[in-house]
Amino acid sequence: MEKVMSNKWIIALYVLPSLLLIVAIIYLPIVLTGYYGLMEWDGISPMAFIGLDNYATLMRDEKFWSSVNHSFLFAVLSTVFLIVYMSVALVLSGNIRGANLFRKIYLIPMLLSSVAIAQLWLKIYHPTTGILNDLLTTFGVKETPDWLADPAIVLGALFVPILWQYAGFYILIYYAAFKSIPASLIEAARIDGASPWQIAVRIKVPLISEVIKVTIVLAVVGSLKYFDLIYVMTDGGPNGASEVMASYMYHKAFRGFEFGYGSAIGFFLLLICLVATWVIRRLTATKDTIQYS
Amino acid sequence: MTTAETAIKRRKNPASRSIGGGIVYGLLYVVLILASVLQILPLVWLFFFSLKNSQEVFELPPFALPSKPRWENYESVWSQGNISKYFFNSVWITVVSVILTILLASLVTFAMTRMRWKLRPFVLGLFMVGMMIPVHSTLIPLFNLFQKLHLTDNQANLVLSYTAFNLPITIMILLGFYYALPREVEEAAVMDGCGVNRVFFQIVLPMTASVIVTAAIINMIYNWNEFIFVNTFISSDHLKTLTVGVQNFVGQYTTNWGAVGATLMISILPILLAFLLLSNRIVEGIAAGSVKG
Repeated sequence: MEKVMSNKWIIALYVLPSLLLIVAIIYLPIVLTGYYGLMEWDGISPMAFIGLDNYATLMRDEKFWSSVNHSFLFAVLSTVFLIVYMSVALVLSGNIRGANLFRKIYLIPMLLSSVAIAQLWLKIYHPTTGILNDLLTTFGVKETPDWLADPAIVLGALFVPILWQYAGFYILIYYAAFKSIPASLIEAARIDGASPWQIAVRIKVPLISEVIKVTIVLAVVGSLKYFDLIYVMTDGGPNGASEVMASYMYHKAFRGFEFGYGSAIGFFLLLICLVATWVIRRLTATKDTIQYS
Repeated sequence: MTTAETAIKRRKNPASRSIGGGIVYGLLYVVLILASVLQILPLVWLFFFSLKNSQEVFELPPFALPSKPRWENYESVWSQGNISKYFFNSVWITVVSVILTILLASLVTFAMTRMRWKLRPFVLGLFMVGMMIPVHSTLIPLFNLFQKLHLTDNQANLVLSYTAFNLPITIMILLGFYYALPREVEEAAVMDGCGVNRVFFQIVLPMTASVIVTAAIINMIYNWNEFIFVNTFISSDHLKTLTVGVQNFVGQYTTNWGAVGATLMISILPILLAFLLLSNRIVEGIAAGSVKG
């Protein structure tokens, strides 16, 4: 058994194809992103080494920093909304009739492509014929806003479909976590006279702290690299008011042909995502993880 | 997850025991129903305007169907332009990538959980960290890499990218299941003189059928909806997939909302259908794929 199961050739045969694939498609490119970031390069003519110039320019690039701000705004908002999702999941997990159906319905938007969602919401936000302004007009609003063309409200308008898309995902994760808490623990607390509110805040939420950590990472990192919906709905506009890190990188590289500069942004994005993950994990690290299953 | 859910027996809801509790329960219910209506309403609206002509879209109330639903919108959209082409591109790219990912991930997971070798923790780490890398940071080097290999504007680059980026999460979903598989069966098989390949293909792989279905669905949803790789790596119109194709196609129609609606409905129907048939698997897969991170 031992001998059969430690056959080097078979192990190589099973693991190497996948390993080569992720090295070629994931790891080699991130190393190259860092390397290209040191170059002046338009994608066609030969690269010229310019050291950290791109990064120095990046630090002074106001458009870049405003895109960073927008990304972080999305990250903060997404994290705050986790509390709402957790509350919904808490209610759903409390033996509500039809809980299963509810969480499935909530999940539907997450399964659709960002392009379809973006196109649908473009129609919803359409300034003259969209359903939203239609509704406002029937309520007597005279001056209906142009949701995606107004720099003051465009970020908020983009955040709504993002919420709509991902709500079900987080509710599902929290629901599954709450459901995996053994009933005996809750029963014991009830016998000790704890109110439903106390049980929720003092017992259920702390018990799923590991899952909460994971969802915070997902929400923050997901927001920092958000791209598809914004690219389709506003393309970063009007005048950069909804530009985020990934869209700014895309514009610089594939529209402006500044591949070196784009790579510097890409590398920055990578670092920020990794650092954010690390920081959140450190900040929320619990000394002893709770074992109950 | 599901076993835990069924293990918790349904109890009479404690909140419904008193009148005050009944009101709270009722209010919560109203909120839950309202939220699910909000989650589906935009899709219902999309479906309704896909059955109208432009005049009806603007004149009829948003949630009114025309007296005669215009199914011909679907027909004309399907036969015009490249929608059917995009559709079948999406189908084959999704199917091939899913099969490749599942096969490679199964081989890796088998070697990780069943075979003995020194570099195992390191290699597993490489696969798991791959999950945290934002695809945008790899975009410029990948584009350049594919260009050098003469693979831009070739759908093979999509299959390779989808497979590489889906391997980590697929391996993660499979890992838990593999750890729980009993070893006795394969030990007996090895005693009887089975080689590793036969143990894997004839014994272990069939035993993992259920988790493979779950992982395959998650992969399918991801690949079907993928946007940025197709948008960046594919320039010929006839090679595009549905997400990007739809984006360009819809862009031509600024006024024909019926056509836009029908196009978007066609692009999301396969996923909605999969959801109706396999919602339990989808819910299970999404929960499994996220919580363990």
